[in-house]
Amino acid sequence: MKHTLGFAVVATLGASMALAEEVKPMAVSFADGTVAASLTGVAGDPVNGRAVFANRKQGNCLACHTNSDLSEESFHGEVGPPMDGVADRWSEAELRGIVSNSKMMFEGTIMPAFYIDSGYTRPLDDFAGQSILTAQQVEDVVAYLMTLKEE
Amino acid sequence: MKIAPWIAIAAFGFAGAAVAQDDNTLNVEGETLLTETAAPAHMDSVDTIYSGWRFRSSETQALQTDDFDNPGMIFVDTAIEQWDKVDGSEGKACSSCHEDVADFAGLRTKLPRVDNGELVTMENLINECRTDRMGAEAWKWSKGKMTAMTALIGLQSRGMAMDVATEGEAAPFWEKGKELYYTRVGQLDMACSNCHEDNYGVMIRADHLSQGQINGFPTYRLKNAKLNSIHGRFKGCMKNIRATPFAEGGDEFKALELYLASRGQGLSVETPSVRN
Ligand code: HEC
Ligand code: HEC
Repeated sequence: MKHTLGFAVVATLGASMALAEEVKPMAVSFADGTVAASLTGVAGDPVNGRAVFANRKQGNCLACHTNSDLSEESFHGEVGPPMDGVADRWSEAELRGIVSNSKMMFEGTIMPAFYIDSGYTRPLDDFAGQSILTAQQVEDVVAYLMTLKEE
Repeated sequence: MKIAPWIAIAAFGFAGAAVAQDDNTLNVEGETLLTETAAPAHMDSVDTIYSGWRFRSSETQALQTDDFDNPGMIFVDTAIEQWDKVDGSEGKACSSCHEDVADFAGLRTKLPRVDNGELVTMENLINECRTDRMGAEAWKWSKGKMTAMTALIGLQSRGMAMDVATEGEAAPFWEKGKELYYTRVGQLDMACSNCHEDNYGVMIRADHLSQGQINGFPTYRLKNAKLNSIHGRFKGCMKNIRATPFAEGGDEFKALELYLASRGQGLSVETPSVRN
């Protein structure tokens, strides 16, 4: 319980800090599926990005992507490509585009858009008008993905 | 089935990673059920259809091969008692009008169907008897008495091939169900087809994706230790993609049920099946 409270405080602080120059979901500017500029101006935290990647209520990226770096987690999905060496294949701007809205890069993909807050239908009330991840969480995940190098 | 190239590669790297349905044969009480057959002509991008049983672990599969081990049968027993129970203002039980529940053999394979211009499911037919003929209260769509009774009646068709009508009067309902199947919904913005047509056979986190067939319903799930209705399962899948589910028993889910039943034409009825 103590742990959860502490986490909530950190999360709130993080959100208000980022608020200043955060790019709103529908204002993200894509060029060929990529997003060059940071969504928050605050450097991504790869350690938190790793947690967001695995967390079932946040990125839950592991539902669809295997990732050797997270071998302590038992269930890795196989719907999408493995994440091993993903930073060798994609640049930071490409990864930011893919995580923010993968449909801009892969037409018709099953992969959810993690940083849109409209354009989907019949959301559960609790999620209506919200993006799956916050801008900073997207930056954190991108920073984490950038650490996944094999070469 | 489309197997994405990385899956074929990944399969070598992950010991025991399941890449498709298995080759097991389902024998229940000495009878072989058909868990695989050619896809009906209306399905463009799938060649072969498989029962969800083929995607489950051997432990879960085993529970369905023997009626003594099948936990769904406990609920069927309660429905057998209910069958003879007088209820409602008319002083009748099911057995007052229907001599033998075995007379319902084949019914499951034909539902949902159109009656007097309306699409009806087994739940509708049961509740019609309760309210109109027994003067009793309607049962809740996915509650225990209803799922037990649909299991008992469905069991009479076990081993028979799914065979719903999709043309004529049924066509508009079927079209509507098809549209729903391919429509993306929810914050995760996915359609049933994204998981059950494009990606069956692969793991999504801890779950081995099946084709989402309904030939085994109601299904006993180890997860909640009870029988689960078809609409209850639709609701669960919609909530998982953070979509507001349609109403159980509503027009949307009935249409979707008809469409899904038609995607399983030819598969054996497995009621009550066991899933995780
Ligand atoms: C429901 C499934 C699903 C989820 C959840 C998902 N992805 Fe994906 N992802 C895919 C698929 C499928 C592709 C391949 C693109 C395509 O063809 O559709 C993909 C592609 C990618 C790629 C490009 C990889 C390459 O090597 O080409 C990256 C990077 C990626 N995803 C990251 C993520 C991250 C980070 C998350 C979570 C924040 C995530 N994905 C969540 C299904 C998913
Ligand atoms: C994000 C992925 C996903 C989506 C989208 C999805 N499902 Fe499912 N569904 C699952 C999983 C996982 C299971 C459990 C394993 C299995 O049987 O595939 C399941 C199971 C089912 C089953 C039970 C199959 C059986 O053999 O017992 C049915 C029926 C079903 N889904 C129908 C639907 C329908 C209808 C929709 C759209 C409204 C839908 N699903 C959308 C993931 C999904």
